[in-house]
Amino acid sequence: MSAERRLDRRGFLARGLAAASTTLLGGCEELSDQAWVKRILDSGETLTRITQEALLSPQALAREYGAADLSRAFRANGSTDPDDPIYVAHAKTGFADWKLSVGGLVEAPLELSLAELRALPSRTQITRHDCVEGWSCIGKWKGVKLSGLLERARLKPSARYIVFYCADTLGSTGTEADLYYESIGLADAFHAQTILAYEMNDQTLPVPHGAPLRLRVERQLGYKMAKYVMRVEAVDSLASIRGGRGGFWEDLGYEWYAGI
Amino acid sequence: MKPGEVIYRHSGTVRITHWVNALVLLVLLMSGLQIFNAHPALYLGSKSEFDDPVMAMDTVEDGENLRGVTTIFGYAIPTTGVFGLSGDAESGYDRRGVPWWATLPGHRDLAMGRRWHFFFAWLFLLNGLAYLLWSLASGHLRRDLAPSRHELSHIGASILEHARLKFPKGEDAKRYNVLQKLAYLAVALVLLPLMLLTGLAMSPGMDAAFPVLLDMFGGRQSARTIHFIAATGIVIFVVVHLVMVLITGVLNNLRSMITGRYVVEPMEGKS
Repeated sequence: MSAERRLDRRGFLARGLAAASTTLLGGCEELSDQAWVKRILDSGETLTRITQEALLSPQALAREYGAADLSRAFRANGSTDPDDPIYVAHAKTGFADWKLSVGGLVEAPLELSLAELRALPSRTQITRHDCVEGWSCIGKWKGVKLSGLLERARLKPSARYIVFYCADTLGSTGTEADLYYESIGLADAFHAQTILAYEMNDQTLPVPHGAPLRLRVERQLGYKMAKYVMRVEAVDSLASIRGGRGGFWEDLGYEWYAGI
Repeated sequence: MKPGEVIYRHSGTVRITHWVNALVLLVLLMSGLQIFNAHPALYLGSKSEFDDPVMAMDTVEDGENLRGVTTIFGYAIPTTGVFGLSGDAESGYDRRGVPWWATLPGHRDLAMGRRWHFFFAWLFLLNGLAYLLWSLASGHLRRDLAPSRHELSHIGASILEHARLKFPKGEDAKRYNVLQKLAYLAVALVLLPLMLLTGLAMSPGMDAAFPVLLDMFGGRQSARTIHFIAATGIVIFVVVHLVMVLITGVLNNLRSMITGRYVVEPMEGKS
């Protein structure tokens, strides 16, 4: 057989293999885009959430580590330097005039300065931060217990979710959908390790990690732990908020329950 | 060819769970590689020290040129075109850990990859439980898979026969040979359960519910690394398995896993 023909045959085989794999993958790609396939795949998320809620007692704590376990370099992901003019102005003054607002379905809405937040019951914890991308970092966090804030604001009985509105924009659509926000259920909101952190590794929380306040929800993935939290709101439903799925990444297809 | 004896080799449960598992593992592998591509590096311990991975697939910028480099224990291997940098000069390069054709979906979509992975993880769990419970209850595990003391002491002979591509015939071909038994047991009782447990150890929710998951594997990042190694082990098993299916009679093997019927070639020199 001549070298030319052998090459031809090899080329034919290679093209054939490429075509076969493209057809197979194309099939899966197309499936991924079908609404009914998405619905079936989504049922896995519901099953996972229900199972984990059943296995996970409200008191169960995420593992806490020692000072020797702290990451040498804790990665700052997502937004690391918000450009919102109001935020930038507050950052320049060390958030001296900034206030966190707590509202929505509460009896007593709150407006609290950083000094006032620091005077409330706090918790310090060294925990592992698991990013949805797969990596983990260990950091030390000190912050006001979210349960304490919510008890002061007195949730109305209809409240079911706590929503966190942030100062940073991650998207690039030029609409409200670009603004970061997150939400958690009441079990996580009242969990002992759920805090709004104002210190990281014994320093004032730096801007790349979410100054002045960052949520810590230690039994879920990193994207739930909103940075640059400006406003906390108790709601009865997430459906009418922005994309309706309860968070910036959720509206882009990620799971609302990020315990896995 | 001499006519062989037809036996009923695989029960319905084995056949169904085998094919479900084959499909489920393919989807889990490809969606798993999609997830891996979000951060194509592995670490030991609880956390990721980014300057100290045990394995990483990187795109390195070399002036104007891009190169794919895979680093294992500090040893850099050029993998341009496959790992770290996909494609070729003609059709263009693509910065990613493993190539698009190995991932589900084929384009970068971590959210969708997770959907596929976790939904099929449930199917994997249910299918695996059905197989294991049935295998225990029916005696399949004890009767067909557990090697006898006699078989284990003659394992050397079996390895030699395999190396010479001589496979059992007659009575001996009606059962799994000792290497088959050990390979199937290693996959069903070690590798696949290890995939499940290391997978669960990566879940912050499950870690809070069962902290022992972290201790079993030496931390979440170790669990992730073991998840990757065990998956590689399964891929190697499947490759060897497919080669064995091909060289020991592809149609006969396929038919036995579809209809259950398997033709046993008679021993040479006997009628």
